Amino acid sequence: MCLGIPGQIVEIRDPATPMALVDVAGVRREVNIACIIDDEHPPESCIGEWVLVHVGFAMSRIDPEEARKTLALLEELGEVQEELAIMRETQELAGQR
Amino acid sequence: MSADHAEHNGNGGAAASAATAAASPGGVAAGSDGLVRQPPKRTITLAHGSGGKAMQDLIRDVFVAGFDNPLLGALEDQARVELAELLQRGDRLAFTTDSYVVDPLFFPGGDIGKLAVSGTVNDLAVGGARPLFLSCGMIMEEGLPIDELQKVVESMRATAQQAGVAIVTGDTKVVHKGAADKLFINTAGIGVIPAGVDIRAERAQPGDVIIVNGFIGDHGAAIVDARGELALQHVIESDCQPLNGLVEAMLETGVDIHCMRDATRGGIATVLNEFASASNTCMRLREEALPLREEVRGMCEILGLDPLYLANEGKLVAVVAAQDADRLLNAMRAHPAGGDAAIIGEVSADPAGTVVLHTAFGGERIIDVLVGEQLPRIC
Amino acid sequence: MKFVDEFRDPQKAKLLIERIGALAEQVLKQRGGPIRLMEFCGGHTHTIFRYGIAGMLPEGIELVHGPGCPVCVLPMGRVDDCVALAERQEVIFTTFGDAMRVPGSRKSLLQAKADGADVRMVYSPMDALALARQNPDREVVFFALGFETTMPSTALTVMQARREGIGNFSLFCNHITTVPTIKAILDSPGMNIDAFLAPGHVSMVIGMEPFRFVAEDYGRPIVITGFEPLDILQSIWMLLKQMAEGRCEVENQYARVVPPKGNAAALKAIAEVYEIREFFEWRGLGSIDHSGVRMREGWAEHDAERKFPIPNLKIADPRSCQCGEVLKGAIKPWECKVFGTQCTPQTPLGALMVSSEGACAAYYNFGGIRQVQEKQQQAAAETGEGTA
Repeated sequence: MCLGIPGQIVEIRDPATPMALVDVAGVRREVNIACIIDDEHPPESCIGEWVLVHVGFAMSRIDPEEARKTLALLEELGEVQEELAIMRETQELAGQR
Repeated sequence: MSADHAEHNGNGGAAASAATAAASPGGVAAGSDGLVRQPPKRTITLAHGSGGKAMQDLIRDVFVAGFDNPLLGALEDQARVELAELLQRGDRLAFTTDSYVVDPLFFPGGDIGKLAVSGTVNDLAVGGARPLFLSCGMIMEEGLPIDELQKVVESMRATAQQAGVAIVTGDTKVVHKGAADKLFINTAGIGVIPAGVDIRAERAQPGDVIIVNGFIGDHGAAIVDARGELALQHVIESDCQPLNGLVEAMLETGVDIHCMRDATRGGIATVLNEFASASNTCMRLREEALPLREEVRGMCEILGLDPLYLANEGKLVAVVAAQDADRLLNAMRAHPAGGDAAIIGEVSADPAGTVVLHTAFGGERIIDVLVGEQLPRIC
Repeated sequence: MKFVDEFRDPQKAKLLIERIGALAEQVLKQRGGPIRLMEFCGGHTHTIFRYGIAGMLPEGIELVHGPGCPVCVLPMGRVDDCVALAERQEVIFTTFGDAMRVPGSRKSLLQAKADGADVRMVYSPMDALALARQNPDREVVFFALGFETTMPSTALTVMQARREGIGNFSLFCNHITTVPTIKAILDSPGMNIDAFLAPGHVSMVIGMEPFRFVAEDYGRPIVITGFEPLDILQSIWMLLKQMAEGRCEVENQYARVVPPKGNAAALKAIAEVYEIREFFEWRGLGSIDHSGVRMREGWAEHDAERKFPIPNLKIADPRSCQCGEVLKGAIKPWECKVFGTQCTPQTPLGALMVSSEGACAAYYNFGGIRQVQEKQQQAAAETGEGTA
């Protein structure tokens, strides 16, 4: 349910409505940004930000820090994996001796 | 060579007088002198299909002048082709027809006229035939602006010239407003297949490789974009182009091409399914090898479409033995219509009759024939 | 970072699959029998099929594809109502593309269009509002459907219509809610789901809190999950980890998009325009209490249900259809009596064959072909026996 895709806000078209232009891999479309602005985040502060777009509405601001954390966790999994492999190998070697 | 003759030698009777009026690109611009002799109304009316003077003028000034070749210029009820010339070129006649309906008539990268010539030329070329002659049947909706018609005709002329084919016979009909959408075109084409060329869908064999001549999905994406219903910004151009030059370069390598089709409606997924079922093999695609433009991919992400099913109008899919692939690819890449040619997969024995995509992510999925039209998803 | 390709990295997928394999072994030893994970959301189902994820998972993990495709679960009676609205002379009926193919008892919107109704596909409800602006002499009705993810967009659109005084714009509200539906699945007899992948885009609107009951009241681990293939794999790994460690919590794998509290502006728009219905009818699942919303009375002038006569007839699901069992994980799509024979994507009988998001359509289109063929051969053999 609910196809949503990341896009980057490149221009504010109308701060009142409020509408902004979003770029998704070079394809651009106007989207409504009412759900991602408030007093702390006025429309003009959104330029350059990545948002999650669903049926022409920006529904959430994408948090790059959280994205990095998720990916870093996956990297760590890989490192743990390697350590485990090394441990297994050394154990096997020890066993052989 | 009759086709070349047709291109360069346009001084036959009926054609010559009108050629100056409408054949040159300058002559078709709105408000130019060439249009003054046209019926005073600048739109197509039922009179243009009545068989009377309005129709004769239209045929003479727009079509005969536009397509400009002696076979058409003779204005007989049929084009007459010298058999001897055909026989010199090969041992089989290739004959095809296709109808073209597209909304809008003009889109980034092409128009219905370019489409109508390229499409039929390509249907001939992918069978290994050298395309020579086209027919052109037009069904026009009352009210079609004549300058739009002339733009289409000019585009057909230019594309036919590019492909080295002549439009040698034709027909026009006008229907009541609402009975057709602006303009429908049917073109049929004749070409000759050289001896020894044997390209058939059932010839794919395990171990063969699958080649495409460039980026997939451009035409389908361009049309969605150009329709404007989805309020996207127009950035994608159709790949609409004749492919016979490319095919000629491919045949010149001497490589035995097993299968070849142009991937129009239904995209490359549909063509590969045709190969798989005709040859009872499995077509295995590698997702990361598929040439896909960033913006086409972007549109597919936004609308939830699959580029494998998007239409192309200048893309062919070929299947050849693995050891021939490099030679063929080099020849393709040296041609303007094949600069981005790539191997996109291999043929295997099992599961027979299917197309399997190896996703870039490491999984597999079956690419089946599409049911109905792809519709944008929300979910 | 573009937040797409980074989450489609095959190297990381391999690592995750290995980790999932190790954990699955452990969990399977602890409990015996397969581990059944339900992805509620049709978007997840799509990702799973598009990237071939089911085939990458170790044996013993079964993915059960839930009812979270708002197009699929639309009952026939509601489609009939749409067709009735669309066939009104003054109406331009606007809809998302994928709703056009859903069969009603008489016809789909696609067929209604072919028969002359003015049905137009739009990408956004805002595009439908633009049509109303351009056609002041026509009544533009937007077919509002979808879960909480989509509700804010239609609510904000109708609020915009009121601000601009566009009186010829209305919504035909068929929005449905996630939580009562998950609860209905959890309460259904024979329910055998061990853990849930929760819908990430619903969660970005409603937050994490509404899913707590799944873990706390029903003892099922649940992870809010993103839509890229690595998101799905990571969430499966997180669920297995909870199971292996004997934990049962709501976790958020999709933190880059889902704030724990959801989206306040979106929730405010929903609350302003919509109120809970006593019950709503689902294709395949029957009636579920409080599982839909309608427009509040204050929005009557923009509510198609109040503005136009609606037939509102209840049409029963075809009897041979076993969507309900498939949705609950009791049977696999290809085990249904009519899968691939009477029920195909061309002629869908049940909810799950209707949209490409539906589990049955996904199996049929994305790899169930062998099961389909076996099924057809089986059917042919059976009829052969019958006549012999």
